[in-house]
Amino acid sequence: MALYSEVVMDHFMNPRNVGIIENADGVGEVGNAKCGDIMKIYLKIENDIIEDVKFETFGCGSAIASSSMATEMIKGKSIENALSLTNKAVAEALEGLPAHKMHCSVLAEEAIKSALKNYYEKNNIPYDKSQFPDCENCAHCHE
Amino acid sequence: MFVYADNAATTKMSKTAISAMTDYYENIYANPSSLHTAGQQAKEALEDARARVAACLGCEAREIYFTSGGSEADNQAILSAAKLGAMKGKKHIISTAFEHHAVLHTLNKLEKEGYEITLLDVSQGHNVTAGQVAEAIRPDTCLVTCMYANNEIGSVLPVAEIGKVCKEKGVLFHTDAVQAVGHLEIDVKKQNIDMLSLSGHKFHGPKGVGALYVRRGVMLSNLIEGGAQERGKRAGTENIPGIRGLAAALEEACANMEENNKKVVALRDKLIAGLSQIPHSALNGDPVNRLPGNVSFCFEGIEGESLLLMLDALGICASSGSACTSGSLDPSHVLLAIGRVHDVAHGSLRLSVCHYNTEEEIEHILACVPKVVQNLRNMSPVWRDLQTGKREYIL
Ligand SMILES: Cc1ncc(COP(=O)(O)O)c(C=O)c1O
Ligand SMILES: [Zn+2]
Repeated sequence: MALYSEVVMDHFMNPRNVGIIENADGVGEVGNAKCGDIMKIYLKIENDIIEDVKFETFGCGSAIASSSMATEMIKGKSIENALSLTNKAVAEALEGLPAHKMHCSVLAEEAIKSALKNYYEKNNIPYDKSQFPDCENCAHCHE
Repeated sequence: MFVYADNAATTKMSKTAISAMTDYYENIYANPSSLHTAGQQAKEALEDARARVAACLGCEAREIYFTSGGSEADNQAILSAAKLGAMKGKKHIISTAFEHHAVLHTLNKLEKEGYEITLLDVSQGHNVTAGQVAEAIRPDTCLVTCMYANNEIGSVLPVAEIGKVCKEKGVLFHTDAVQAVGHLEIDVKKQNIDMLSLSGHKFHGPKGVGALYVRRGVMLSNLIEGGAQERGKRAGTENIPGIRGLAAALEEACANMEENNKKVVALRDKLIAGLSQIPHSALNGDPVNRLPGNVSFCFEGIEGESLLLMLDALGICASSGSACTSGSLDPSHVLLAIGRVHDVAHGSLRLSVCHYNTEEEIEHILACVPKVVQNLRNMSPVWRDLQTGKREYIL
């Protein structure tokens, strides 16, 4: 048995949507180098639709695969759709992650939400704060 | 191309070791404690192996106790010395911050039981000095346990000098020589070593078998109670095939040490020279006093597990001290102990080569690693921040 599923390995070895978007409409970064995973998501948004998405990730194989899969899952979708993306859905699309790697899929969900929050704030759009994780105080990387 | 460069984790068994074992599975399988001729034959084979291992270390056969491996030998040595110390009211133990967990976790246990543990700093030169040991010794010190060579970063400790200090101060000295035995010249008497742990699978012998050398006169306590095997100090029917394999592998390694090391050091140095070309990287471990086969680097801006996965896809077996490879949030305690901060310690790579490796394999590694590092840096937000000046380079 390999460590990761074939889908994980495919997204890791051939990650989709790697890179940056200049003048992105929303940018979100979660994690920190101390704990070993950082994900950064760039969004291009038009008429509430995610026209383009790019990511940069510092992290393990499953972190890179989770970023790649999550960006694929929100590309071309509405903001509402992207906001409802859960880490479980990302992990399932990857055909599972080892238990101790589930936090990588959490990071992907949080990175997208953080980029959307940044979009709302930049454009002074009111939003429901409870929809967003409190990354600054999350125990995961700030114990 | 398949390249096995993870010999510090474990080695491929030598043909000599394998053939030394098969006879003892097929033909000489009796219990060495049995009275019959077959049993006595097994007993002879066991004692012959003991004498051969002793000869490789410069000690007497009766000073060798076979165990299930390096971890058991470390546990037994340290717990025995601690018990001896407590009987004399001495409950202070000195070790180093970059020991293997077999040593560190045993010391943690003792600390909870009321012992005081001093872990020597290894951030200067990625090594310790005998002077540090001398300074740390107190009237109530019952044991100094310092590894012979570090498994992750390859530093070889000044064991003979530490042994001399311990002898002068009358303190027991144990060394975890799991990475050194079969690779470096060892003479326990000349080096004033009281106890030494070794493990078969690190020098092309079998896994699950090791040995503890204990100088005559040092009282050993049991970890495992039961029969009177190993002179009453380690119960359980002896793993004769394993012990025979260990002895054969060790003899072979010691007989060919000079020749093997000449080759292995050249391969190692070629790797170190090549990988040093990667910008914002650093060699881990003592650059001079170094295991012949160890290459350890940190690459800034990337994470070690993804590096290992990509190398694996290119046929290269290596290892890393990154947190993600261990399943914990913290990177290796060894890298932290030598002063690598978390950010950098996550991007570590260990390649450990042996005499089975070839020039072509080293060239394959040198062709792959820089590309993979660059590939990962290209998708790393940390690398971008370093390049744009948002974050300062550490390496
Ligand atoms: C320095 C050191 N000590 C102890 C051990 C444990 O040896 P074993 O795997 O035989 O228990 C190892 C190997 O993993 C090691 O490298
Ligand atoms: Zn994390």
